Amino acid sequence: MTDATPSMVERLTRTGVTVRGIHLGPGALLGLGAAAVVLLVLAVQGLLIDVFFWEVVISGLLAGVMYALVALGFVLIFKSSGIFNFAQGVLALFAALTLVGFQTGQVPFAHLLSWILGIEAHHWGDGFGTILALVFSLVVMIALAWLIVRVVLRPLVNQEGIMLFMATIGLAFVLEGVGDLMWGANVKALDVGLPQGPSDTIIDATGMFVEKIEISAAVVAIVLVIALTLFSQYTRMGRALRAVADDHQAALSVGISLETIWWIVWSIAGLVALVAGVMWGAKLGVQFSLSLIALKALPVLMLGGFTSIPGAILGGLIIGVGEKVFEVYVGPMIGGATENWFAYMLALGFLLFRPQGLFGEKIIERV
Amino acid sequence: MSHAPTAAAAETDEEYAAAEEAHGIAVRQIGEVVMDIRNITLRFGGVTAIRDISFDIREGEIRAIIGPNGAGKSSMLNVINGFYHPQDGEIWYRGKKRGPMKPHQIARLGIARTFQNIALFKGMTTLDNIMTGRLTKMRRNMIWQALWTGPAEREEIEHRAAVEKIIDFLEIQSIRKTPVGRLPYGLQKRVELGRALAAEPTLLLLDEPMAGMNVEEKEDMCRFILDVNDEFGTTIALIEHDMGVVMDIADRVVVLDYGQKIGDGTPDEVRKNQAVIDAYLGVSHD
Repeated sequence: MTDATPSMVERLTRTGVTVRGIHLGPGALLGLGAAAVVLLVLAVQGLLIDVFFWEVVISGLLAGVMYALVALGFVLIFKSSGIFNFAQGVLALFAALTLVGFQTGQVPFAHLLSWILGIEAHHWGDGFGTILALVFSLVVMIALAWLIVRVVLRPLVNQEGIMLFMATIGLAFVLEGVGDLMWGANVKALDVGLPQGPSDTIIDATGMFVEKIEISAAVVAIVLVIALTLFSQYTRMGRALRAVADDHQAALSVGISLETIWWIVWSIAGLVALVAGVMWGAKLGVQFSLSLIALKALPVLMLGGFTSIPGAILGGLIIGVGEKVFEVYVGPMIGGATENWFAYMLALGFLLFRPQGLFGEKIIERV
Repeated sequence: MSHAPTAAAAETDEEYAAAEEAHGIAVRQIGEVVMDIRNITLRFGGVTAIRDISFDIREGEIRAIIGPNGAGKSSMLNVINGFYHPQDGEIWYRGKKRGPMKPHQIARLGIARTFQNIALFKGMTTLDNIMTGRLTKMRRNMIWQALWTGPAEREEIEHRAAVEKIIDFLEIQSIRKTPVGRLPYGLQKRVELGRALAAEPTLLLLDEPMAGMNVEEKEDMCRFILDVNDEFGTTIALIEHDMGVVMDIADRVVVLDYGQKIGDGTPDEVRKNQAVIDAYLGVSHD
């Protein structure tokens, strides 16, 4: 009798414990267990009072904020249009390139112009100040969002999510090419006036070595997250965004213009990309490998869930801290370079036990 | 002196109607043509879904569109609502020829609809779903909304009050805060009707509002449709398969078959129409 013996699936989903009304499934238990083991080992070694250990944790947290910034762009678009935007990393790169271009007074498409028209003009002046350059970059990102909606998304209304996903892969390649053509492929330094170097105050107070730019990134990320959460949860526009994500046809029938909503969503994603591009660009320099940071956002999303803004933040923090601590303490034992794969292994573990992520909506299929 | 028009004061329907009239309460009246559909032809590639169909919808009436499966009923509704653009023909709305418009623009003209396969925002609550129906009525811009203060807040409260009336009308108070994805089918259909009503439509399109319902749910839905028509004076065009329901509540019926119009008139006229009988019962080809 199937009634008496629960199926394998049922038993798996039923495992776990309930503490004061909070149910902990197998994924949560595994995570907590692993964390407990790690903490135990560390405590045994007396690391918890070690300043170096906390330095690693904090640098992990701040790196995590940087990952979360990229992941945030993914979550926003996914939540509000149901599109997994593969081009988010390239969008960040493009935003950073544009910003540097405006700052240094580069002429866009200079090489193309000299090739076709023979005009040798690579700089039009000394460039704008940082604030003005940021404003113009934002305008460019909003215009780009409009172009994406008109050219890429409009013909795909009512199509499957996978079609839109494929379109964003194409978009990623096109944007990378256009960015190259427009601003050149050399590595550029980006200076937006953010404080650089280690913070002396923190060194004096605790003896820890913390980069100032990472603290700025954390502050900016927190402000951004609060603003976006308020926007999507408490405004009429936010409601329209969620409606579009749920059902295109129904949204149209209540008078929502898909194109307008998509434009707004992609503009916001452009804004987030600009912020992420500035932070990463200031840290690593603006180069084409910036678009690869998008790949680091994937494990963050698998941990946090594709639909949760707090999840993106927490996922970023867990991965940031996890990979730093793992690299420093376990890395030497197994040959190092664990930062390259740790995040993906962690994500794989999550996919096995909790595919919806920490905060994602539980996937329930009615049959 | 006649009594106020309450159920207690009137013995019969006629008496009730007379009392209503005496007190100057609007009696259900069929008025002018609101929508005139002229010679619509809709093709998908080589398939002609609708062939040269014309009919009209009058103010305040319940207009049913019936026909066997694949007759082009839903396509017709999609043409009216702007999802499909016909290759030929014209649609006149309130005395004006309607140009090619997008569905969201048509929604702003006061045409609301429900869907054959429920199209609700499944992750949102009943309340939020019905609130989206008010979007066409909201005027404050995004910046006010983002600041969530002053006029925007007042407006939100006004709309919330209107939505609460609809919730009371449809008797769905208890599921106000439930995500609609979790509701049973019949209630989802009711929420979808609520969302369409929230736009205070002048023309309401219902695509099989009673499909898949049990007898009790059907009776409820019938009552809501009649009440909407009666109390708000909303013009309704509906597609329905249940003949009993259609013959009971519709003022006029248009019958489609294989994309062509084969009958048009009151339920009684349609029932006697030989072409309609043939389409429904089949006809021997010998």
